[in-house]
Amino acid sequence: MKATQTSTLGSIIRKHEGEILADWLKAQSASTGRRGQAQETEQRAASKEFLAAMTEALGTESEIDTRSAAWSRVRDMLTELSATRARQGYSPSETATFVFSLKQPIFARLRADIADVQALADAFWATTLLLDSLGLMTTEAFQKSREEVISRQQRELLELSTPVVELWEGILALPLIGTLDSSRTQVVMESLLEKIVSSGAALAIIDITGVPTVDTLVAQHLMKTVAAARLMGADCIISGIRPQIAQTIVHLGVDLSQVITKSSLADAFVVALKRTGSRIEARSAKAEPAATTEA
Amino acid sequence: MERIPILRMGRFLLVTIQVDMHDQLALTLQDDLTQRIVSDRAKGVLIDISSLDVVDSFIGRMISNIAGMSRVLDAQTVVVGMRPAVAITLVELGLDLAGVRTALNVEKGMALLQGAQS
Repeated sequence: MKATQTSTLGSIIRKHEGEILADWLKAQSASTGRRGQAQETEQRAASKEFLAAMTEALGTESEIDTRSAAWSRVRDMLTELSATRARQGYSPSETATFVFSLKQPIFARLRADIADVQALADAFWATTLLLDSLGLMTTEAFQKSREEVISRQQRELLELSTPVVELWEGILALPLIGTLDSSRTQVVMESLLEKIVSSGAALAIIDITGVPTVDTLVAQHLMKTVAAARLMGADCIISGIRPQIAQTIVHLGVDLSQVITKSSLADAFVVALKRTGSRIEARSAKAEPAATTEA
Repeated sequence: MERIPILRMGRFLLVTIQVDMHDQLALTLQDDLTQRIVSDRAKGVLIDISSLDVVDSFIGRMISNIAGMSRVLDAQTVVVGMRPAVAITLVELGLDLAGVRTALNVEKGMALLQGAQS
């Protein structure tokens, strides 16, 4: 790209800044279709600032390279804008339209100002390249901020869904909810083992009532957790196996013979209590009738 | 030459591994331990690895070997004090130390051995 074109583009935009801005805002509100006083003033301010930053960047460098230092302010503004719009729930195309709708107003001014056909075509091309790269940047930033939201939610979900509770002295329970993939298994394993160390428990009940499906991979992850707990000197009981899951496990040929399995958490708890030498029993028969007569 | 000390507690032997293991050290330990099991007529061996941060497949295999040797000499092996990170590593390596009993700490390991004896 030649230096003259860049400066022409810059000077034309600077000359018609007000008109371009007005046309641009009109195009933006037409394409997004959102009406609101607050939003409109906000959009006006953002557009004005962006246009100013762009003209400034166009003036400083002879070559248009949106990745260079001169464009850093434009880049920052676009990233900020995309992030805000991603949070507000705009669609990616609505966000990208912010940049793309600037094309038409600039083209109109170029057509009016440049008489030479060759020069006009070159200027069009330069503008297209510039706005396209800026538009792509917007989409990229938009996507990045969306991904950040998703990964943050994933992390929160991970922490939420792996509590280790102490049911009794020396008995831990680990109610698993949701699918077990390898990263979750890692978190589950770590929190279980840490809890085994801190509580000195010798028994852990892994309850899989909340695990929707158990395939070979999930079973393998479960066995890994059990094996790791065993290495730390704690035995595991797997409970909450639904009839359907029992069928799947057998059909898949998964071997769970190394682990104690129980259908419900209550059954597992009874076994665990027996192991630790504790017992829960109802109060003596004498007290019970007295309680019922009172009621 | 450096050696790993073997302590006697009643009818059990206590081995605390605190240094990085290498081939020669492992061989010496196996030699010493088998000797002591026979001479002390020990019924159980406690291996404390609570001060090991890193356990690789070499140490894993060594522990399995020691357990196998002890079993032949009629002594039970209990590995105690494994750290969570170490346990996860061993499981990921596919070493589940089958046939080796485990306990959280020396006290519980001792209780386990005593329970097995009575």
